[in-house]
Amino acid sequence: MTGSSVMRQYKAIVIGVSAGGMKALMELLPALPENFPLPVIIVQHLHPSQGVFYVKYFNGISAIRVKEADEKEAIRPGHAYFAPPNYHLLVEEDQTFSLSSDEKVNYSRPSIDVLFESAVDVYSADLVGIILTGANHDGAKGLRRIGRNGGLTIVQDPAAAESSLMPLSAIDAAKPDHILSLEDIGTLLVTLGD
Amino acid sequence: MKENEIEKIEVDLFVEAIFQRYGYDFKHYAKASVRRRTRNLLQKTGYSRISEMIPKLLYDESFFQSLVCDFSITVTEMFRDPDFFMGLRKKVIPYLKTYPFVKIWHAGCATGEEVYSLAIVLKEEGLYDRATIFATDFNDTALKKAKDGIYPIENIRHYTANYQKAGSTESFSKYYHAEYESAIMDQALKERITFANHNLATDGVFGEMHLILCRNVLIYFDKTLQNRVFDLFSNSLIHKGFLCIGSKESLQFSEVCEHFSVADEKQKIYQKKY
Repeated sequence: MTGSSVMRQYKAIVIGVSAGGMKALMELLPALPENFPLPVIIVQHLHPSQGVFYVKYFNGISAIRVKEADEKEAIRPGHAYFAPPNYHLLVEEDQTFSLSSDEKVNYSRPSIDVLFESAVDVYSADLVGIILTGANHDGAKGLRRIGRNGGLTIVQDPAAAESSLMPLSAIDAAKPDHILSLEDIGTLLVTLGD
Repeated sequence: MKENEIEKIEVDLFVEAIFQRYGYDFKHYAKASVRRRTRNLLQKTGYSRISEMIPKLLYDESFFQSLVCDFSITVTEMFRDPDFFMGLRKKVIPYLKTYPFVKIWHAGCATGEEVYSLAIVLKEEGLYDRATIFATDFNDTALKKAKDGIYPIENIRHYTANYQKAGSTESFSKYYHAEYESAIMDQALKERITFANHNLATDGVFGEMHLILCRNVLIYFDKTLQNRVFDLFSNSLIHKGFLCIGSKESLQFSEVCEHFSVADEKQKIYQKKY
């Protein structure tokens, strides 16, 4: 949106993605440079039986380090963390992760809303929230919360998303700062890191 | 001060009020989850601020009872993580079979699905009649459900699939009977199980165990409470006793780490060295 929001120093990026997520992340994660100064925390809806294969795959194609988030792990820059399948991922005050196997939220575990809301509690206005392709409503509430707390909100252009429902409901709920193609989201994130 | 920071104070006061009034200590639970649950509770009550719930908490015991259910984790299933039960059969049971009797503590058993899974494994391995199982939780409502052993019939298909993946050769249907919308667990599975209230945050050792299972409970605790509980488990185990924790939990960075060897890395099964 404005130059001033780009110039701000953010502390973390959270991404929510569902149906069509593999392809979207294949484009987005490799766009980030090795010394990218922000942590990227991702909830991707996957089947619980999904193994760790995809994490290794993303690590192989990205310059930043990609891994599954461990319980109590310290959140570091230059890393992208995935929520483990079948667990909610939350950010703690001391910038470590915690996991929970509480009830599903929006029929999902991990839930994007759960991650986003806990991340807002810790990073408040210094947070960037991104909603990508998906066929449900998870993440809309969380993104709205990020916006209301002064964080930067970005949604993938529904017209270009493999599944437009999740971007559309996020746009409706959060009135995001940016609606962009994957390529432009990548470019914007790189500028945020400069 | 931002509203967000004020809310943090409210959550702390609320948790302190629970502790002082009812003795349940959530102070060393992972804060993000406690905050989430407190917010969910607030939504249910219709108050607009967390601090407004404090008078109700102090004077209305029934409010506290429902809070205990909201604050304890009751999400579980039978033969959850079937590979774990396979690991238990292969790595732990053969060892336990060498004892004339075995004492097992299932800590944080919630509504009991895993206790019955364990009982079934012990039956099939011919160890059940030599076993005493203590199944504990701090949530009395959940414990009652565990004791009743009655579960929604619609879950049975999923449980049966889990059961088969857990290395069993029998038919799961022999362990329950269906009545209306419910599956009622076989009475014989309960004979060796004692259900009791025990709070990992505040209670102590109550016996010497050959095996302790505590899966997906420790993720809700902070480092301090995790170490307390690991210490409690270590002190409750016999020499060469086994400890099983959840697949995303680890002994690795705990203070008792060196007292244990790894029996199954992936399934998070540990054995006390001495």
